[in-house]
Amino acid sequence: MVELSLPKNSKPVKGKHHAAPSGAKNVKRFDVYRYDPDKDATPRIDSYDVDLDTCGPMVLDGLLKIKDEMDQTLALRRSCREGICGSCAMNIDGGNTLACLKPIDECNGAVKIYPLPHMPVVKDLVPDLTHVYAQYASIEPWMKTETLPPSSSERLQSPEEREKLDGLWECILCFCCSTSCPSYWWNGDRYLGPAILLQAARWINDSRDEATGERLDNLEDPFRLYRCHTIMNCTQTCPKGLNPAKAIADIKMKLVERAG
Amino acid sequence: MTHAAKSPARPLSPHLQVYRLPLAAWLSISHRAAGIGLTLGTLLLTWWLAAAAYGPDAYALFSDFISSALGLLILFGFSVALFFHLCNGIRHLLWDAGKNFSIETTKRTNIYVIAGTVVLTAIAWLIAYL
Repeated sequence: MVELSLPKNSKPVKGKHHAAPSGAKNVKRFDVYRYDPDKDATPRIDSYDVDLDTCGPMVLDGLLKIKDEMDQTLALRRSCREGICGSCAMNIDGGNTLACLKPIDECNGAVKIYPLPHMPVVKDLVPDLTHVYAQYASIEPWMKTETLPPSSSERLQSPEEREKLDGLWECILCFCCSTSCPSYWWNGDRYLGPAILLQAARWINDSRDEATGERLDNLEDPFRLYRCHTIMNCTQTCPKGLNPAKAIADIKMKLVERAG
Repeated sequence: MTHAAKSPARPLSPHLQVYRLPLAAWLSISHRAAGIGLTLGTLLLTWWLAAAAYGPDAYALFSDFISSALGLLILFGFSVALFFHLCNGIRHLLWDAGKNFSIETTKRTNIYVIAGTVVLTAIAWLIAYL
């Protein structure tokens, strides 16, 4: 349901300020969303003056510097620091992206950092992903077959068939797209959202999969698929340069073609 | 029950409050607003037709209203909504056909839709007043 404003327990208040060490010349302020379920009644925005002369170039470098040197209580997910694991997805400077791929100098003024939008917050920059993972499971993201594989080889694909998976297999499930989507904000309980629908397309387009009809049946629903109104936030925010909106349009077209 | 409501103790992260919506998203919400506006505006059209059928007095009443400053403003808004909905509707048709999904094309068609709205509205009002 559309609720434009935040619930009472979710409105951030002004938090603490952490000054840069004396002598720092090249200082950039990081405004970071903080929420400690054990201590805070509401979230707060803490600000940190980070010395960029002793900091790596990416927003993740800044956050880790804060955690290492200024405030160890900061919680965030991160792993690969090179855009392949999808852990450090967050809202930076008004858009969703991976902190490890976002250069600090692309942010004008203070670097404003929030968790992925419209998600329940576990702590600080860590959103609860239980629901999106359940939605991912609901599309049964594995190869389903009826026939036996050839006795002498794997199930083969032509180069053309394999090409149909390009732009789909690269998705790292960071959920930047789903949490940028106003339709997902308002109807995320039932709408699968761009990330999951792109994954659905990945299996629908796989020439080796034999459950295409069943997969399309599962998606043919006013909410699960058709809450997509081509707002295009997903495609414009994807840190991997993929096109979930196009993947969703392809699924819609397949349903029309099937209906004849 | 929404996914946020499952854990009532957990705060909901900011969304509209912090997300810098791209132009395409503003056009998307405007498309819906224009659609609602056009539906309401059609009542005006009904009034016009009904007044014409009812007689000279009823028609004069409508005529006075629509040529008043407020009436003209509503009519102008109606025309903007109509042409915007038309232009953006064509873009949606092409999207539904699987075309124009790249970020560059989306940014370009944003401009086409806005330019088309301005030009068509200008033409309509020029024709009305020339």
